[in-house]
Amino acid sequence: MIKIKNLHKSYKMGKNSLHVLKGLDLEIQEGELVAIMGSSGSGKSTLLNIIGMLDNHDHGTYELDKVIIEKMDETKAAKYRNKFLGFVFQSFNLINYKNALENVILPLYYQGLTKKMREEKALKYLDDVGLKQWASHLPNELSGGQKQRVAIARAMVSEPKVLLADEPTGALDSNTSKEVMDLIQKINKAGKTILVVTHEHDISQMCSRVVKLKDGVIVEDKKINQKKAL
Amino acid sequence: MFHLDRWSEIFETIKSNKLRTFLAGFTVALGILIFVVLFGLGNGLQNTFDEYFTDTKFNNIYISGGRTSKPFAGYESNRLIELDNDDLQDISEKFNFFIDGLTPRISISGEVGYKLKSNNYTISGVGPSNQDSEMNVLMFGRYINELDVLNNEKNIVLGRLVKQDLFGEEDPIGKYVSGGGRSWKVIGVFQDDGGDNEERVIYTPYTTLQKILKNTDKVNSIILSYKPSIGFDGAIELEKKLKGFLKNKKKIDPSDPRGLRLRSAAQDLKNNQDFSMALNYIIIFVGIGTLLAGIIGISNIMVFVIKERTKEFGIRKAVGATPSSIVWMVLQESIFITTISGYIGLFIGVVFLSSLGDTLKKEFYITDPYVDLNTAILATIMLIIFGAIAGYIPAKRAAKIKPIIALNDK
Repeated sequence: MIKIKNLHKSYKMGKNSLHVLKGLDLEIQEGELVAIMGSSGSGKSTLLNIIGMLDNHDHGTYELDKVIIEKMDETKAAKYRNKFLGFVFQSFNLINYKNALENVILPLYYQGLTKKMREEKALKYLDDVGLKQWASHLPNELSGGQKQRVAIARAMVSEPKVLLADEPTGALDSNTSKEVMDLIQKINKAGKTILVVTHEHDISQMCSRVVKLKDGVIVEDKKINQKKAL
Repeated sequence: MFHLDRWSEIFETIKSNKLRTFLAGFTVALGILIFVVLFGLGNGLQNTFDEYFTDTKFNNIYISGGRTSKPFAGYESNRLIELDNDDLQDISEKFNFFIDGLTPRISISGEVGYKLKSNNYTISGVGPSNQDSEMNVLMFGRYINELDVLNNEKNIVLGRLVKQDLFGEEDPIGKYVSGGGRSWKVIGVFQDDGGDNEERVIYTPYTTLQKILKNTDKVNSIILSYKPSIGFDGAIELEKKLKGFLKNKKKIDPSDPRGLRLRSAAQDLKNNQDFSMALNYIIIFVGIGTLLAGIIGISNIMVFVIKERTKEFGIRKAVGATPSSIVWMVLQESIFITTISGYIGLFIGVVFLSSLGDTLKKEFYITDPYVDLNTAILATIMLIIFGAIAGYIPAKRAAKIKPIIALNDK
């Protein structure tokens, strides 16, 4: 599903340039649940952002579902993101003046679906994460776990090829974290490829494969025995 | 379908951001309101001004004699120059091409009576074209005509107030009044916007007065109305030529400042028009200033709004919004708000102005303040366009930001 070869990325910081990713190679098959681990500054979030087309890479090749992703304009990137990718963020990133249902509808709006189709589909996905009766609530009326579930529903509603989660449990307590991971595992069971960036050992153990990054290179990549979240 | 969708998305945004919407709308409405009111008051001032200065017809040249102050061609100085019917004839022939109307004037003051009432009035001997040059409007009967002049008819036309004094409600036409031991037939009544004094005048053919006054052919003054088409410069040129011609004819030193007086409204009017123009510029300047303030206001709000929404744009981009869809969303929203609130400001302003009417005339010299609807709509459209530009620039920039940076925006 994802093929990365010799990926480089550096950031310009004034006169200096910060080399964050130093020639990464990574291949992820369809249906995998991969944890990307590393301390802060290891380049794990940068890698996820490049995979998610939220950021561009400098060198190397990146192939997503047999499509080579190169430097592209924002319009094209937006269409690819909408079609191929779903995002879950640590800080949820829900639009605070839109209720749960409207937040889930948003990707469908940009797909150009009719209003009725959008609502039906969004409601179904909201139901899948167990928040159907919370549809009309604004984000500030929801708990952290509920917000993240809404975010997951929003990421899933466009039926992406890959779900990318950047510290999805970073802002949640351990019980809620487990609930969210349980949801992610269920989605994975249904066949979705998922990447989870985390620095928590517990969370990484709930995935089927752990990739460890240090100073912009992969230092460890192994399949593990997946733990059940709940 | 997609368009309707976009609108409902915008309405949703507006509905859930009431304060923001209100602030932006308020700025625009206030800007337009102040613009309309200021512009209207300025126009009202101009109205009053016009009223004051447009009474006497502007295209008149008044010619009168005087005493010379320099000796010339064998004549001593301090010689009395008088105009007469021959001068009238000459001017009429020589300058015919430029002339709209020409009338001499001989004025005396005398007692005029009807039945038991009598009073002192100015009696002026004039020609038919006096009606135009004085802008007299006939109320009853007719004005003095060529036949009256030719036959020295003792016909008179009364000013409105003269008629009121002597006749009251009685119909004066065809009645005879007494003056200077003679009877005069009233043939008409006129009114004049120039004030009471202008309506306390009696007009009679100049030939009649000349005959009564010791059988002379002198006139006090000659009033020439030139064709307006010759313009200011033409009028000033004509004045020069007239002066030259008459000075030559009357043997007056060309450099003598006295002896012959020509007075025209051309220069006055030019001054008035310059003043009025200056007033206009001030109004336009203030109007543009107000608009500019409104534009700056809406720009500030747009910059703030977009800064506030940067994260939202990042989220939208992450779920598939293209940069152009974000720019359009911002633009449509801003145009919608500015249009609606601009219209509201316009409406309130126009209603306010028309409710004022003449109430400010006495104290502030403002008559019928109004604003040309085209100007007001143009101003609103300007504000909408600049509001859109003000929104476009930061929106474009915000839409270009990589979503990951926008998302990290706190």
